[in-house]
Amino acid sequence: MAPEKLTMAGALNRALRDAMHADDSVLVFGEDVGTLGGVFRITDGLTAEFGDQRCFDTPLAESGILGMAIGMAMNGMRPVVEMQFDAFAYPAFEQLVSHAAKMRNRTRGRVGLPIVIRVPYAGGIGGVEHHCDSSEAYYAHTPGLHVLAPSGPGDAYGLLRQAIESDDPVVFLEPKKLYFSRAEADLASPVPPIGKAVVCRAGTDATLIAYGPAVPVALEAAEAAAQEGRSLQVVDVRSIVPFDDETVCAAVRSTGRAVVVAEAAGFASVSSEIAARVMERCFHSLHAPVRRVTGFDIPYPPPKLEHFQLPSVDRILDAVDDLQWEES
Amino acid sequence: MAFNWHGEQNPFMTRDAAHLLPSTVPVTLIDPDGDPVPQVGHDLPDSEALVRAFAALVAARRFNDQAYALVRQGRLAVYPSSHGQEACQVAAAHVLADGDWLFPTYRDTAAVVARGVDPVQTLTLLKGDWHNGYDPTETHVAPLATPLATHLLHAVGVAHAARLRGEDTVVMAICGDGATSEGDFHEALNFAAVFRAPVVFLVQNNGYAISVPLDRQTAAPSLAHKGIGYGIPGERVDGNDVAALLSVLGAAVGRARAGEGPQLVEAHTYRVQAHTNADDAGRYRTDDEVTPWLARDPITRVETYLRGRGLLDDDKAAAYAETAERLAERMRAGLNADVPADYRDLFAHVYAEPTPQLREQQALVADELAREVR
Repeated sequence: MAPEKLTMAGALNRALRDAMHADDSVLVFGEDVGTLGGVFRITDGLTAEFGDQRCFDTPLAESGILGMAIGMAMNGMRPVVEMQFDAFAYPAFEQLVSHAAKMRNRTRGRVGLPIVIRVPYAGGIGGVEHHCDSSEAYYAHTPGLHVLAPSGPGDAYGLLRQAIESDDPVVFLEPKKLYFSRAEADLASPVPPIGKAVVCRAGTDATLIAYGPAVPVALEAAEAAAQEGRSLQVVDVRSIVPFDDETVCAAVRSTGRAVVVAEAAGFASVSSEIAARVMERCFHSLHAPVRRVTGFDIPYPPPKLEHFQLPSVDRILDAVDDLQWEES
Repeated sequence: MAFNWHGEQNPFMTRDAAHLLPSTVPVTLIDPDGDPVPQVGHDLPDSEALVRAFAALVAARRFNDQAYALVRQGRLAVYPSSHGQEACQVAAAHVLADGDWLFPTYRDTAAVVARGVDPVQTLTLLKGDWHNGYDPTETHVAPLATPLATHLLHAVGVAHAARLRGEDTVVMAICGDGATSEGDFHEALNFAAVFRAPVVFLVQNNGYAISVPLDRQTAAPSLAHKGIGYGIPGERVDGNDVAALLSVLGAAVGRARAGEGPQLVEAHTYRVQAHTNADDAGRYRTDDEVTPWLARDPITRVETYLRGRGLLDDDKAAAYAETAERLAERMRAGLNADVPADYRDLFAHVYAEPTPQLREQQALVADELAREVR
C-alpha cells in the first residue's frame, strides 16, 4: 500500500474498521457512535457496515458503558468503547480503576480484560469547559492500565490496532486538535510496539520529550531552533504506560540536556514523572537540570484564554535557552 | 408506526406499566410455622428440590458458623456473615443451570459454595492469601465484589455478550439494600433493560447497610419498585422462605432465558449478625429487634414443612448435618494451612506481560530477600 495523505480521524476510523474485519469479537459502543458515527466521526459508517450488534449506541452513562464492557470482556469479547470527551470519562473512573485495571491481578492472571477506552483528549480546539482536559496522569497512576497517546495518523492507526489486540485494558488518548490535520501515512507499514518511544527528529544539542498534542509543537520548536543554529532532538513518547526508559534516556544521554513538554498541568503529572526518571537515570550525562514546559496548575481555561495554557514554541525555546549553555 | 430496535411497535413505551409493579406483600409459600401458603401464580417447588435446598441450607449455616469461628481463631481477617440469609444464598445458586453465571458480593460466600466452588478457594479473599481464590472462567462465578453495585454492570456485560453469540446463558447478580443507592445499580438496571440482557438482579434486603437502616437508603414503597423506572418487572419475596425464593427466582431465570429480559427480585430478609465480626451492632439496633427474626429462621421453617410431610426424618437430617460437618472440616484444614506467599505474584499479574519497570521492581525485592538470608 502506498503512503497516502489522511487525517488522524480517518486513520482511527480505518483502524476500527480493519480490526472489526479481522476479529468478530471486536465491538464498538458508546454515546452517539452508531448512526451518527461519533461526535468526531471516528466511528463513521461502522454500524452500517457491521450492523448494530457490533457498533451500537448505549444509554448516556459512562460508568455503565465501561462496566458493561468489562463484563463483555470477561465473556470473550474485545470491546472498544468511546468516552465522548476527556472530562466526560470521569463517571467511569471507579470502573476503570477498581475493575478494569485490577481484574487480571485480582484473579491471579485468570481473567484479562482486552478493552480499549478511547478518549478524545486535551485542548487547543476552543472548546467550552469540560471538553479539554488532559487527564493522562489519573490513568498513568493506575497500575494495570496501558496509556497511549499518538501524535499523527500513521501512528494512531498502528497504535489503535495494537491496543485492540492487547490482552490488557488500554486508555487510548486521541488529541482532539490533531484529529483533522492531514499527514502522509503508510497504514500497511508496522509501527513500533506499545511500550516504545521514537526519536522523531534527530538533534545533538538538547532533547525535547513530548507526547500526543505536544509533539507537533515540539517539532515546530525544533525547526525554529534550527534556524537559530541549535540542534534539538525530539522524542515522541507515544506509550505513556508502559514507559520506554531506554529510548528516552539514551536520547537524553546523547545530548545532555532535556525539556519535557506536555499540555497537562505540571504538578504531580506525567511530565514530572518523566523528568524524575530522566534525572535518576541520566544525572551524570546532564549538563543542566531537566526543565518542563507544561500547562499551568489551573482548571482548563475558557477558549479566549487557552493560548496562555498551551505549551508554545516560544515557551519551549525559552526553556531550552535556560539549560546552562554558558557552562558547558 | 414506529418500531423500537427489538422490532416492536411504539419506541416510547416498550412495556405496559401494570405488570412491572411488584405485589404489595412479598411472596411466601411456606410460612414461619412451616405451613404452606397458597399463592396465585407461584407453585411450591417439587419435594426433591426442597429436600436438596434443605441440605444446602444446613451446609450454608455450618459454613457461616465455621467461618465466623475461624475469624476468632485468627485464620480469616474478617467475615461478613449471611447467617439468617441462607435461603437467599441457596436459592440463588440452585435456580441456575450449568453454564450460567453468578455475580456475588462479599456477603455471598455461602451462595458461591452452594454453586459448587471450593469453600477454601471461596474464602481466599478473607484469608488474605490473594484477592480471589477460584477461577471465574471455569466456575462462571465472578470474584466476590467488595465495591457496591459495580459488579452488576459486569453481569449485564457477561449476559449481553452471551446473547450476542446466541447462547442462552442467564446471569444471577446479587446485591444488598445499601447498594441500591449507588449509581451503578441504576445504570446496570437501565443497561440490562435497554439491551434486554438475561440478568436476574437479586437484592437481599437485610435491613442494614452496616449501621444505616433501609429508611435512610430509600423512600420508595419497596426496592422492587425501582424496576418500573427502567421497564423491569419487580418482585418481592420472603427472603427467609427458600420455597418462595426457588419459585420466584426460578421463574425469573426462566423468563430471562426465554429472552424476556432482566428481572428485579427483592428478598426481604434480615442480617441476624453484625455487618462483620469487627462491627458492633449494639450501637445501632436492639436485641428486641433481632429476636422476632430468629423465629423466622429460614432453616427451621422448611424443616418443619418437610418433616410434616414425611420428606425428612431424623436419619436424613443427621446425614445432612454430617455432610455439613465434613464441609466445616475441609474449611478448617484448608484455612488453617499456611500457604507460603510468593513475592513474584505481586508483579506477575498486573499485565499480561510485566513492564520493564515491574521487572526492575521485582528484582529489587529479590535483592532485598537475598540480602536478608545472608
